[in-house]
Amino acid sequence: MAPQYDVIVVGGGHNGLVTAAYLARAGKRVLVLERRPLVGGAAVTEEIFPGFKFSMFSYVVSLLRPEIIRDLDLPAHGLHILPLESTVTPMLNGDYLAAWPDHDETRRELYRHSPHDADAYDAYGRVMHHMAHAVRPILSMVPPDPTSLSPRDLLGLLRLGRHFRNIGPENFHSLYKLMTMSSADLLDEWFETDVLKATKAASGIIGTFLGPRSPGTAYVLLHHYMGELDGVFRAWGFAKGGTGSISEAIAGAARRFGAEIRTDATVIRVLIKGGRAEGVALESGEEIRARAVVSGLDPRQTFLKLVDRTELPPDLVDAIRQFTFRGSSGKVNLALDGLPSFTCLPGNGPHLRGAISISPSLEWVERAYDDAKYGRFSRRPYMDIVIPSMIDSGMAPPGKHVMSIFVQYAPYWLDGGWNDAQREAFGDAVIDTVSQFAPNLKSLILHRQVLTPADIERITGLSEGNIFAGELGLHQLFFLRPAPSWARYRTPIRRYYQCGAGTHPGGGIMGASGRLAAIEMLKDGL
Amino acid sequence: MPLKTTPFHPRTAPLCEGQTWRRWAGHLVASSYELVHEREYHSIRSAAALLDVSPLYKYLITGRDAALLLDRVVTRDVAGSKVGQVLYTPWCDAAGKVMDDGTVARLDEQRFRLTSAEPNLRWLHLSAAGLAVTIEDVSDSTAALALQGPNARAILQQLVNVDLGALRYFRIVAATIRGIPVTVSRTGYTGDLGYEIWVDAARALPLWDALIEAGTPYGITPCGLLALDIARIEAGLILLDVDYVPAHRALIENQKSSPFELNLGWAVKLEKPAFVGRAALAAEAARGPGWNLVGLETEWDAFERLYAEVGLPPRLPAAAWRTSVPVYVGGDQVGYATSGCWSPLLKKSLALAHVHAQQAHPGTEVDIEVTVEHRRRRARARVVETPFFNPERKRA
Repeated sequence: MAPQYDVIVVGGGHNGLVTAAYLARAGKRVLVLERRPLVGGAAVTEEIFPGFKFSMFSYVVSLLRPEIIRDLDLPAHGLHILPLESTVTPMLNGDYLAAWPDHDETRRELYRHSPHDADAYDAYGRVMHHMAHAVRPILSMVPPDPTSLSPRDLLGLLRLGRHFRNIGPENFHSLYKLMTMSSADLLDEWFETDVLKATKAASGIIGTFLGPRSPGTAYVLLHHYMGELDGVFRAWGFAKGGTGSISEAIAGAARRFGAEIRTDATVIRVLIKGGRAEGVALESGEEIRARAVVSGLDPRQTFLKLVDRTELPPDLVDAIRQFTFRGSSGKVNLALDGLPSFTCLPGNGPHLRGAISISPSLEWVERAYDDAKYGRFSRRPYMDIVIPSMIDSGMAPPGKHVMSIFVQYAPYWLDGGWNDAQREAFGDAVIDTVSQFAPNLKSLILHRQVLTPADIERITGLSEGNIFAGELGLHQLFFLRPAPSWARYRTPIRRYYQCGAGTHPGGGIMGASGRLAAIEMLKDGL
Repeated sequence: MPLKTTPFHPRTAPLCEGQTWRRWAGHLVASSYELVHEREYHSIRSAAALLDVSPLYKYLITGRDAALLLDRVVTRDVAGSKVGQVLYTPWCDAAGKVMDDGTVARLDEQRFRLTSAEPNLRWLHLSAAGLAVTIEDVSDSTAALALQGPNARAILQQLVNVDLGALRYFRIVAATIRGIPVTVSRTGYTGDLGYEIWVDAARALPLWDALIEAGTPYGITPCGLLALDIARIEAGLILLDVDYVPAHRALIENQKSSPFELNLGWAVKLEKPAFVGRAALAAEAARGPGWNLVGLETEWDAFERLYAEVGLPPRLPAAAWRTSVPVYVGGDQVGYATSGCWSPLLKKSLALAHVHAQQAHPGTEVDIEVTVEHRRRRARARVVETPFFNPERKRA
């Protein structure tokens, strides 16, 4: 029986959808199978309380690749990215630190805290710009295997070497530091204002099980500047309609190119015959044949759940077992009756249209990590808060609001394990901590949804609730993501591929893994 | 004499953080209210923008021959319009070259409001010779606000005593807003769902306050001209003095444009018995225009390559540009772009360009000049249909 499809994509997360769209664009017959009733994976918008829409998990777009936006013409399918213009950090002394969209305004604000830092800010920005410019092409590159002697890998390495030679010695040294230092140490070299360092460092620990003083966190600071490189192209911000609208736009493009998308379709197994994938089996008992299968799930599921381990070389099985997830963050979504009033900037104002960072000091963030190290959730966590209804009024009924609180740390491996009581205690810690800065918050809450890493795993399937489908640590990036020798979207099983964020370049709503996987599959002559 | 301010100035002035004003018909109007105009732009496409459009010239034309006068002047069929209808139309000199463009709103059988970018009192008087008609310049006594964006209807419906669902695209209706008599037209210069609200200048401020109050839960945002300029390019709408030179101010023949050359042929009703420029336009329609106004989209990869050559990421302008930029096919210049922008919504570089008719077909590949690090380069662009952005809600 001839297979009905050229490719089956397991999992309708945004990367799976990107892969599907690119393959369909190339004329392939593609079927996407999604376990949940809606596509998007961790990029979904759901009305969990009547009239209030939430970007349930992922809540901002950072690095959605411009080439994907163009190739798939996502704006024509409803993608509209709205600016998230400012970041305000309330301080413990009642003051605040703000970064505004206007350069002069931000400079003046920094000057208020430290004239030295105001000057250093531009110089720091310039260095980071160079670094980001140097590193950015890697995001669109299939990782070469440094241990391989194949012409293709050697060529890739040569290109990489040439690329880094061209960035100049000064930048190369900065880059080396960036790849090895902790974000706190790196920021200490530039700035004296603690709250500034805390806020910048906090952005470097998101999704990792590391603290601002852990080595290897500095390079994540670059991600922000990579987003800035896209400049007015603005692939970062807040998606109108929530992050689900990004998934919907990609799904729309995929469908337009002819891909078929089925929801409520749980794949339990990839069908393999003679070391070659030839379809999938669904939970319902249905079997669907295809010439190739690509998994958008994380590496643990791709290698250890969907296929029989005996189909894989033991060293790969071992590498995947060592691949770290360690979900470290949670999410609290609130439906609000009105706007919170922050003590440092009372009432409504432009600060409520940007990010509010609960990172009043480096010590605060590091101590939040200390809790997690010993298996507890942070009693006073680092939080990144946005009020999406202030940016897109359609997210809540008129005059009402939704608040999204990203919380770190909430370790997956909680001492005693997660249960309902622990979840609510975690939610209480979050609300209590925010209330310390916005005392009217509690009186406004109409509905509260608390998501622990265990919940994230249960709902999205992401192992250990890791939002990046595997830690974005240096030990599992680039040619090591997800495992040495298997970082190029292929697997030891012929015609079985991987396209999720567990492959290079990884997490966030970037779509790069999905695109590169599709390109590699097409190269194999699918 | 200092420049004029609009009736909304007491409200708009304190909001204008950067004190950045643009001139419009001798008035001061905010370029942007916030220091960065990006959010104002997005409010047009995502929520609702409130724009002060009072500087438009406005004429009230009344009397038995009011329709006759307008039909003599403009190229569209005014007599055939219904009460409550609004016509967008250009008007021409005797040689069929465009002098101005604006709207004609039929407020009543014998009462019209004409809006324009330029003063037209003298031209209207000249054209009214022998007609029973009164022409009143109400530019200063009538204030106007544009409420534009997907939430415009939800906001305005709370305030007006008429059903806006029944007010179709390019229709106008009399209404009251908190006791203030207004006319509401389903029109705008953004290519989005939107309304323009016309009010006695003396009642301007309470109208502004009512809209802000009702609109705040829906994300209403006072919006300046920098944001509007991007939206109108996305909508493929031309601007006098930027995209064309009005015929009566052109110093040489080549500066003038006919409606056909401005992609406004659809608005020329040659079946009308007589109007200024008809003979010339009929002749031009028969032979076909020599030029066309087209949309251009610059190819990203070509653009990015030019910047990569000098070691820079692509630089995109935050504001719309309005300089003349050469357009080539092969080595030959085939036209010039007159305005363009980076569309934050469509993620494309757009331009409105005048090109020879042979190069005006959608899909035609041209090269547009771009200045990259002080050097003049060319990037591949493609002729596309306008409007660049044309959402269903615009007419819904």
